[in-house]
Amino acid sequence: MSGLPLLEAAGLSLRFGPVPALEDVSIEVYPGEVVAIVGESGSGKTTLLRVLSGMMRPEAGVVRYRDPEGTVHGVQEMGEAALRRLHRTDWGFVHQNPRDGLRMRVSAGGNIGERLMAVGARHYGNIRAEAAEWLRRVEIEPGRIDGMPALFSGGMQQRLQIARTLVTRPRLVFMDEPTGGLDVSVQARLLDMIRALVADLGLAVLIVTHDIAAARLLAHRLLVMRRGRVVEQGLTDRVLDDPQHEYTQLLVASVLAA
Amino acid sequence: MAYVAVKGGERAIEAAHAWLAEERRGDPALPELTLAQIEAQLGLAVDRVMAEGACHDRGLAALAIKQARGDLIEAAFLLRAYRTTLPRFGASNPIETDAMRIRRRISATYKELPGGQVLGPTFDYTHRLLDFALAAEGGTVPPAPERRTDAVPMPRVTGLLAQEGLMAPEPPSEAEPPDLTREPLGFPADRPLRLQALARGDEGFLLSLGYSTQRGYGNAHPFVGEIRMGAVTVEFEPPELGFPIELGEITVTECQMVNQFAGSRTEPPQFTRGYGLVFGHGERKAMAMALVDRALRAEELGEPVEAPAQNQEFVLYHCDNVEATGFVEHLKLPHYVDFQSELEKIRLLRREAEGE
Amino acid sequence: MTALGYNFGYLDENTKRMIRRALLKAVAIPGHQVPFGAREMPLPYGWGTGGIAVTASVIGASDRLKVIDQGADDTTNAVSIRRFFARVAGVETTERTTDATIIQTRHRIPETPLREGQILVYQVPMPEPLFRLEPRVAETKRMHALADYGLMHVKLYEDIARHGHVAISYNYPVLVGGRYLMSPSPIPAFDNPKMDRMPALQLFGAGREKRIYAVPPYTAVRSLDFEDHPFQPVRADAPCALCGSRESYLDEVVVDDRGGRMFVCSDTDYCSTRQSHQEAAE
Repeated sequence: MSGLPLLEAAGLSLRFGPVPALEDVSIEVYPGEVVAIVGESGSGKTTLLRVLSGMMRPEAGVVRYRDPEGTVHGVQEMGEAALRRLHRTDWGFVHQNPRDGLRMRVSAGGNIGERLMAVGARHYGNIRAEAAEWLRRVEIEPGRIDGMPALFSGGMQQRLQIARTLVTRPRLVFMDEPTGGLDVSVQARLLDMIRALVADLGLAVLIVTHDIAAARLLAHRLLVMRRGRVVEQGLTDRVLDDPQHEYTQLLVASVLAA
Repeated sequence: MAYVAVKGGERAIEAAHAWLAEERRGDPALPELTLAQIEAQLGLAVDRVMAEGACHDRGLAALAIKQARGDLIEAAFLLRAYRTTLPRFGASNPIETDAMRIRRRISATYKELPGGQVLGPTFDYTHRLLDFALAAEGGTVPPAPERRTDAVPMPRVTGLLAQEGLMAPEPPSEAEPPDLTREPLGFPADRPLRLQALARGDEGFLLSLGYSTQRGYGNAHPFVGEIRMGAVTVEFEPPELGFPIELGEITVTECQMVNQFAGSRTEPPQFTRGYGLVFGHGERKAMAMALVDRALRAEELGEPVEAPAQNQEFVLYHCDNVEATGFVEHLKLPHYVDFQSELEKIRLLRREAEGE
Repeated sequence: MTALGYNFGYLDENTKRMIRRALLKAVAIPGHQVPFGAREMPLPYGWGTGGIAVTASVIGASDRLKVIDQGADDTTNAVSIRRFFARVAGVETTERTTDATIIQTRHRIPETPLREGQILVYQVPMPEPLFRLEPRVAETKRMHALADYGLMHVKLYEDIARHGHVAISYNYPVLVGGRYLMSPSPIPAFDNPKMDRMPALQLFGAGREKRIYAVPPYTAVRSLDFEDHPFQPVRADAPCALCGSRESYLDEVVVDDRGGRMFVCSDTDYCSTRQSHQEAAE
């Protein structure tokens, strides 16, 4: 968690008609660091994730990414080809709905293998072994390697999506409400698994969630967003145990009350 | 060696074509059909072949129908293959359907309107009973009563709505429309290109698609604002002259469908237009085209694109019956080589499956 | 020379120039599909219009044309196309692979290796190798532009996982010049290796889909595969019943209604040449 930031953004602004989605947002993510963006729906946190990952253009501000060689790239200036390459090598994106991140008519093994093949893997046996190993790591029975994701439960689909994303060892993973549509018991198991994998692989993660408990479990640092602005940020324990901004206080209190 | 490789494709083709010619002529004891008869008495078939053959020439269309033994898609194909060899001198000025010499003009949105309703030569309101009197030849047809319509101005219904500000304006453009007989289709296809493809498109395909929009696949609420059919003048402006000269007259059918539009953030609620125009008297095609044109505008009007008729690629890539018939019928060609490789593959897989 | 008052080769000169421009672009970007303004031809779409348009654009009065369909010169469609060019271009035609300067083909590559200066024109029904995986043309164009072919590799992976083999026996996808994924047209996979570094120019015409593509001489053409599941061309395990070849691609012929089969070369010129050599040697 030292050295130069992997991703840094400054002065991001974006409006949807009269509604401000982002107002002068700045953020940094360092190698190996888990940063959570919390806030209620409509606070701009998902928009921020989409802008940072290059899927949406801001009206003002810059997003910079530092590649493994230390070269800095303006994410918004990258061509579509370079951005796509980045998304299938150095970066990963875990969608809230696993159907958006999986090919539902391709087997579990094929889903994991696709990212390996996209970066040049051409040995079927190795691809398959790697896929089986990743199924094991995300606690899916390797015997289901040829099974179709459509027949998997929601929690299994989400774990498969995570395996597919992590198999190429990205340095930075964006997660958009990864435990969103799941039952509470399934959520807890998934969060534990994510925490272990992230620590194991030394990943940097930018996670968007409205779930304060999830943020506390996973994140080193926290940004609280409201109406497109970052109203408070800091180390997770500090922000949650001693919130300064009244909106953060409200958020934390509502969790405690619930 | 019992087997000799099959030869003689050439002789077989010649014999088959001779047989075709014999079948085309039919019983030699009967008088041969003349092109004039086809043109005059099968006029709507001629019109359809001109529309889908994308070439306005009644005589050639009649010839194509005769040569194709009445197979209208084959006839349209013959006409297309002829048209494509013609030298191209330029593009005519846009025809003015406002100034049409009307033979038929109806509106379903207004009972009374300036210029009145003109039913013209229509199947509408006939009882679909086989007329056995037509089976007997030599009957004379009494002349139809006439009312002169030339002098009466007939403004378009969509113009009347536009005066009230209720019709979405169509931005005028002086740009020369794209020509899909010279350039391949590209996507997204803008409206002039779409209309061009639809005007050549297969009547049956457009009919079914238009029908599907009425049945809930595409959220259509159409009214026939106006259908008009009659003669329009075709003018051409040679660059060296600087003024248009009259080339002649052609008959066209135009349909303007009026559709409700709920409005968007930038547009007030108003009516939008679906437009159809075809060579000759082709009312069903013009109506179907207007429905499909409106459906294809979904994206530009900010409506969800969910139904087949709203999908540009689906509609435009599949509406051309000359392309469609060729590819469907190519399945008749030999595929032994591919089939052989499939045979070998299947046997291999079966051997391995049995070995397991 | 030519019939009917049509221009030499049927197409007018402006159309030929347009097609030649597309061909030049195609040669410059091996394996890339170039859109072109395909014209209606007097033969139906799907029956070789793209190949005919390409041949009509490159043929000259001194060319010798060979036309094959399923490897044979005397199949009806081959006869029909050969007659068409004899009629509208008045060119010499031949059934000998070695004598031809232009060979138009549907579904085969001749067994006799082609040489420099020859042109092989393929009739292509569906130029897009990805169309079964992604039917939207706009999306496949984007995939080609970004060389994003993961989907095709996934298909091969899935085939092996399910069947133990890649379940494609013809129209087997190839990578041209290490860059563009290309449909070789529905030739049997057996023929794919002949495309690799072929001394002749290979041109592909798809009329209905209005696209042209090309493989220049001596260009690398690799059939997609895995290191541990290498591409394997398949042929019937039998000698030709007429010429005895164990190398050529074979047609299976049903000789009676009791399940009798025999195998003969699909390439008629190759087979008859071998037979006449054998007779001469006797």
